[in-house]
Amino acid sequence: MVAHLVRLKLALLLNGFKRSVWQVIGFVFGALYALGFAVLVVAGMVAVGTQDVELQRTVTVLLGSALVVGWWFVPLLAFGVDATLDPERFATFAIPRRELVAGLAVAALVGIPGAFSAVAAVATSFAWFRHPLALVVGLVGGVLGLAVAVVGGRALVALLAPLVARRRAREVLAMVGLVAVISIGPVLSGIGEVTVDRSSFDGLVRVLAWTPFGAPWAAAADAATGDWLPALARLTIAAATLWLALRLWSVALARTLTEPARAVSSTARSNGIGVLGRIPATPLGAVAGRCLVYWFRDPRYAIALAIVPFIPVLMWVVGRGGGMLLVSGLLAALVSGWGLSADVSYDGSAFWMHVSAGVRGWVDRLGRVIASAVVALPLVVVITVASAVIADRVDALPALLGAAMGILLTSYGGASIVSALFVQPVQQPGENPFQTRQGASLATVLSQMVGWTAVLVAALPPAVLAWVAVARASALLGWGALVVGLALGAVWLTVGVRVGGRLLDRRAPMLLQKVIAFE
Amino acid sequence: MLARVPDDLTPDLPNPHAVPPPEAAAAAGGPVSEPAGVPAGATGAAPTSPAPATDAPASPAPPALELRGLWRRFGEKVAVAGIDLVVPAGSFYGLVGPNGAGKTTTLSMATGLLTPDAGTVLVHGRDLWADPVAGKALIGILPDGVKLFDRLTGEQLITYAGLLRGLDRDTVAQRARDLLVAMDLVADARTLVVDYSAGMTKKIALACALVHAPRLLVLDEPFEAVDPVSAANIRDILAQYVASGGTVIVSSHVMDLVQRMCDHVAVVAGGHVLAAGTVDEVRAGASLEDRFVELVGGRVSGEGLAWLRTSSD
Repeated sequence: MVAHLVRLKLALLLNGFKRSVWQVIGFVFGALYALGFAVLVVAGMVAVGTQDVELQRTVTVLLGSALVVGWWFVPLLAFGVDATLDPERFATFAIPRRELVAGLAVAALVGIPGAFSAVAAVATSFAWFRHPLALVVGLVGGVLGLAVAVVGGRALVALLAPLVARRRAREVLAMVGLVAVISIGPVLSGIGEVTVDRSSFDGLVRVLAWTPFGAPWAAAADAATGDWLPALARLTIAAATLWLALRLWSVALARTLTEPARAVSSTARSNGIGVLGRIPATPLGAVAGRCLVYWFRDPRYAIALAIVPFIPVLMWVVGRGGGMLLVSGLLAALVSGWGLSADVSYDGSAFWMHVSAGVRGWVDRLGRVIASAVVALPLVVVITVASAVIADRVDALPALLGAAMGILLTSYGGASIVSALFVQPVQQPGENPFQTRQGASLATVLSQMVGWTAVLVAALPPAVLAWVAVARASALLGWGALVVGLALGAVWLTVGVRVGGRLLDRRAPMLLQKVIAFE
Repeated sequence: MLARVPDDLTPDLPNPHAVPPPEAAAAAGGPVSEPAGVPAGATGAAPTSPAPATDAPASPAPPALELRGLWRRFGEKVAVAGIDLVVPAGSFYGLVGPNGAGKTTTLSMATGLLTPDAGTVLVHGRDLWADPVAGKALIGILPDGVKLFDRLTGEQLITYAGLLRGLDRDTVAQRARDLLVAMDLVADARTLVVDYSAGMTKKIALACALVHAPRLLVLDEPFEAVDPVSAANIRDILAQYVASGGTVIVSSHVMDLVQRMCDHVAVVAGGHVLAAGTVDEVRAGASLEDRFVELVGGRVSGEGLAWLRTSSD
C-alpha cells in the first residue's frame, strides 16, 4: 500500500506537468532552489562536524527543531496541506487504516518540501562524522525526527480541520497566526541588538532538547559525549511523540472517512433583497451591490478585511512606537486596494453571469472598485488618522492622507488591469481551509509581482512628496501631497478601469474558461 | 397562479422586433417542413457541407440561432469539429448526444461563454461574436457545471440577474416574485443559494435565465436533479414560452423527454452533427432512443462481467 500511494503521488505530480508548461518551469525553479539549500545544509553540517560538540549540538538541534516546527505549524497558519492525496478521496476504498496512514506519511515526502526535509534530516547526522557511534544515533534520531515532523503535522491538521471548517474558528485562527507573525518582529529586532555568539542559544537549545521538537536531534550529541542515559531518554521522547501522533492521526482519519468535513452551512437568511434593493437599479449598481454583499458574507473577503486593522499594531511593534507607525495607513491602502486583483478568481465560475449578461468591462471593473472602496476607504482613513494621533504627528495628516489615497486609488487601477489579464486558483468557499490549491503557477506569481511594482512606481509622486513633507514637517508640501495623491490617484484609477474594462470586453470568455478549469 | 407567469415571460420587453407569429405557430405545430430544408450535415456524411445552401432560399425572418462551421479544440482534443445547425425561430429544439459529444462546448460558443476557434454564430441574424453585447441581450442561458453567486439569497440572485440585464427596479421586483412562484421557491426566497439542494439550484438558475424575457433560451441539462413535479412545471412554462413565439434549445441525455417535449432535435457525437431536423424526421419511425443508439453506436452486448453474478465461490 505504501509503494502504491507513493506511485500515485508521483503519477499525480507528473500528470500535473502535462497540464501546463508553467507548472514545469515553476517546479524546476523550486527544485533548483531546494537543491541549492540542500547542498548548503549538507556542506554546513560537514563543516560543523569539524567543530566542538557544544556547537554541533546547538546547530543540529536548532535546525531539526525548525524542521519540526515548520511541518507542524506552517500548514495551520499559511499554506495548508498539499491535498493531492486527500484522505477523503480514499473513503470508498477498503484500505486498512494502518496501511493508509503509513502510505500517506511516506507519500508526503514525495515532492520538493518532503524531499528537502528528508535530505536535511539525514544530513544532521553528518555533523557527527568524527564520532561513529554518535553518527549512528544521529541517523536514527534524524529518521525519527523526520517522522515526528511529517506525522505530527498531518495529525495536527487532521485533528483541527473539523474545528476550522467553521467560519468563526477560521477567522480566530487567522488572527492567532497574524499575532504569531507580529511577535516575530520584536524577537528579530531583539536578536539584532544582542550580538549573536555561540552561547546565545544555549538556553533555548537546552529546553528544546527535551521537547518533541528538539529531542530526536539532541540524542546524537549526548551519544558523542558518552551520556547514554539522556540520549536514550531523548530517543524515547521522540518515539513516544511519533506513536502518539500516529494514534491521533489514525483516529482523526477514521472520523474523516466516515464523516467527511463539510463546511457548516450558516442557513443565513436576510431580510428582503438587502443592499441590492438600495443601490441604483443599473448594471453598475448591481455589480457594486453584489460585491458589497460578498464583502460581508463570504469569509474569504471577511478575513482580508479583518486583517487590515492589525497593520498598525504590527507597525507599532516593529517600529517600537516610533515613526514606522505612520506607514500603517499606506500599507492598509495597498493591501486593501490590491486585494481587488483576486476578485474574478473569487467569483469562480459564477463569473459566467457577467459574461452571459454582456456586462460591459468598465461596468464590471468600476462596480468592484466601488464596493471595495465603500469598505476600504473609511478603514484607511481611520487607520491613517489614528496612527497620526498616536504617533503625535497630527500635523502630518494631509501628507499621510494624500499618500494613502494615492496608493489606494492607484492599486485599484492596477488591480483592475491585472485581474482582467490573470486569474489564479483560489480557495473555494466552504472548502477545507487547510488545503492548498494546486496549480498556482509561476505566471500567477509573476503577474502579482509585476503588478505590485507597477502600482508602487505609479504611486511614487504623492508618496515621495508625503515623505519629504513628514520629514521636514512642511505643511505646504503636506497639502501638496494630498492634492497630488487624490488627482494622480484619480487619473490612475480612470486609466485602470478603462484599460481593464477594454481588456475584459475582449477576454471575459477566456477568463471564464480559466476559472472553470480551476474548479 | 401558474398561468399568469408565462404571460409575463413572453418576449415583450427589450425587443420590440416583431416575432413573426405565422412562422412561430407553424414551427410549434410540429412536423412542418422547414423553409430552409433539412439543415446541413443531416446525413452525417459531410458535416462541412455547403452552408450557403441552407440560407439561400431564405425565409423572411432569420432563424433564432444559426451555427456555421463551429470549431473548438482544447489542446490536442478537438471538442467541436465544424458544427452547422439551424434552429428555427419558435422551435423547441433538443440537442442530444453521448457524454463528451461536445454539447456543452457547442452551447457555450453559441451563447458567448466560449470563444470559437472558427465559425460563426448568428442569433436572430446577428453575428454574436462580432457584437457580443447586442447578441447576448437576446439570449437567456442555463449553463451546466458552473456555480452561481451562491452567497446571495434566491430572490437577490434573480434581482441581480435582472439588474445586470438593465431592467428597471419595478420590473425586476415584479418578475422576481412571479418567477419564485413559478419555480415553487417562495418559501426559500430568502435562503442563501449555497444552502439550496441541487434541484432548487437548477430552478433558481432557470429563473435567472428567464428574468429578462429573452427571445432565445439555451438550457444545458435543465432537468438534471429536478424533482418530477418541478420538472413538469418547468416543461409547462417552456411550452407556453415556445407557444408565444420564444425559442428553446435544451440539451439532454433523456431521449424520452426530448421526444415528448421537443419538435426539433439534433444528434451530436464526436463534435459532429449526425442528424438534425424535426423529431419525426430524425427518428424516422423508430423511437428516438433506438435511432440515437443506431446513429451513435457503441452498444456493448450484455454478456460481459459474468463474474459480477457469481455471488459466492
